[in-house]
Amino acid sequence: MSIEVANLSFSYGDRLILKHVSFSAQKNQLLSILGANGVGKSTLFRCMLGLQKGYSGQIRLHGKNLNTMSIMDIAKSVAYIPQSHYPSFNYSVFDMVLMGTTHQVSVISRPGKKQLQLVEQALERLGISHLKKRGYTQISGGERQLVLMARALVQKAKILILDEPTANLDYGNQIRVLNQMKSLAQEGYTIIQSTHNPDQTFLFSDTVMAMKDGEITAWGQPGDIFTEELIRNLYAAEVTINSLYDDRVRVCIPKCAI
Amino acid sequence: MKQFNRNTLIILSLGIILILTIIVSFWIGRYPIYTNELMGILFSKLIPIEPFWAAKIETVLFNVRLPRIALACLVGCCLSAAGAAYQGVFQNPMAAPDILGASAGAAFGAALAILHYSSSFMITISAFGFSLLTVALVYLISKKAKGKNILALILSGIMISSLFSAGTSFIKLIADPNDQLPAITYWLMGSLNGAKISEVTFVLIPMALGLIPLLLLRWRMNVLTMGDDEARTMGVNSNQIRLIVIICATLVTAASVSVSGMIGWVGLVIPHLTRKLVGNNFNHLMPATMLFGAIFLLLVDDVSRNLFTTEIPLGILTAFIGAPFFIYLITRTEEIY
Repeated sequence: MSIEVANLSFSYGDRLILKHVSFSAQKNQLLSILGANGVGKSTLFRCMLGLQKGYSGQIRLHGKNLNTMSIMDIAKSVAYIPQSHYPSFNYSVFDMVLMGTTHQVSVISRPGKKQLQLVEQALERLGISHLKKRGYTQISGGERQLVLMARALVQKAKILILDEPTANLDYGNQIRVLNQMKSLAQEGYTIIQSTHNPDQTFLFSDTVMAMKDGEITAWGQPGDIFTEELIRNLYAAEVTINSLYDDRVRVCIPKCAI
Repeated sequence: MKQFNRNTLIILSLGIILILTIIVSFWIGRYPIYTNELMGILFSKLIPIEPFWAAKIETVLFNVRLPRIALACLVGCCLSAAGAAYQGVFQNPMAAPDILGASAGAAFGAALAILHYSSSFMITISAFGFSLLTVALVYLISKKAKGKNILALILSGIMISSLFSAGTSFIKLIADPNDQLPAITYWLMGSLNGAKISEVTFVLIPMALGLIPLLLLRWRMNVLTMGDDEARTMGVNSNQIRLIVIICATLVTAASVSVSGMIGWVGLVIPHLTRKLVGNNFNHLMPATMLFGAIFLLLVDDVSRNLFTTEIPLGILTAFIGAPFFIYLITRTEEIY
């Protein structure tokens, strides 16, 4: 069991954000979390990354209680890939990725040869070596997302948490990013992403978790839980789901469009 | 690895330029001290050398020129390092060393000491003490504030700064307009006039205590610029590192302004000029900005003491030279990667 969330509840003041959430994810799994804005996906991620304290229940990383782990130890097991953003200061793509190796060197030293090599490998692995000398803020959104993925790879954590990785990306970049996620899962990573795109969820992930009002409303393989009922329940939208290629693909189409 | 070599070369060049600037700075002044005399006097302290220089030159060297050059280099180095550090840990390119009230506190402390007719050494100590006290106050208040702690720090910095500025104004109001008021006003303009070797030894310890950790922690500062949450997910204890950096940057700022008075611009402009040279990576930025700051303030101080028969306060010159140069650079050059 790579990561295990057991009976997790969290509230801001008297507003309950997460209610008794329990699930687990393991090696080779690509878990997609579906749910409307504000259902508690981000809070769940913050708890899983050790950024949010004061929850009840337990989160275990490789069997160890997250609460007892140091920031450094958590970083060795879980890497976070935020939505592509603009930091205050522009760094070269190479330096940006190199930051992921920080926990491998002592507080008063800087990444060395070994870390530089890791960066070269990660850039190669994601096919963005040609960008390494460019400024991070000068490349496209999709490229930035791949850079952040490379940064997570050099962190050498086996659990990757991605916050809506395909939001704000053009169509081609969405496919490239999802493809990389899929192949990373096949290589042995545990990948957990939040997303708003049901079609992609069906195509690329092996497990889907649907959340509403801080609770898990559905869990399972995409083929089992992907229904018109689920979409209506999650997003209050009427859709028809069409099955293609012997049910290897399912496509949602809004009813109002047909 | 071409990037690495290029930046290392720039840092080395800055080091060489600094040494040359120091040598030239000894030449200029009413009593020039040439390099052979300088070497002779310095080595005569270690090994017996028959003096080939006038006795007056030795006095000028130890009582006037050397402390002044040393302070110009140290203050320039510290203000730029503190500016770069604050910009990094506050993720704010407009941050300057006075952001947490270090300068306003020092000004108040100095004015208070002048009001009590203290010696120049007591003025330095009072300025240093009040500077640290002010930042400590700002930090404690921000801890009480609800919400985002960076914003709370900056806001309480602004508030406490204005409080101490008001205090300084009040001291000016009640000060004797014949001698105290001009002394306060002149101190506030910033100057290294009358620098003494005792001042150099006084500020050397806090400066070293601040500068060394800033150099050592420079890679972690890069990660802090990504924001607290991201830094933590990469294994960096952002609150802890930020606190250490703030303490170190405050220490060197307080030490600097306590001997130099208000010198604006250096802490904001020099880090940005250095960013144009070597990029934003603190690995190169921190050493480069320290050297650049030392060169800049030494040059400006040379102008300050030699351009006219009466000195022009440094604070005025840094703005006159710094601002147009900065405007030229931000309009002409592109970011380097």
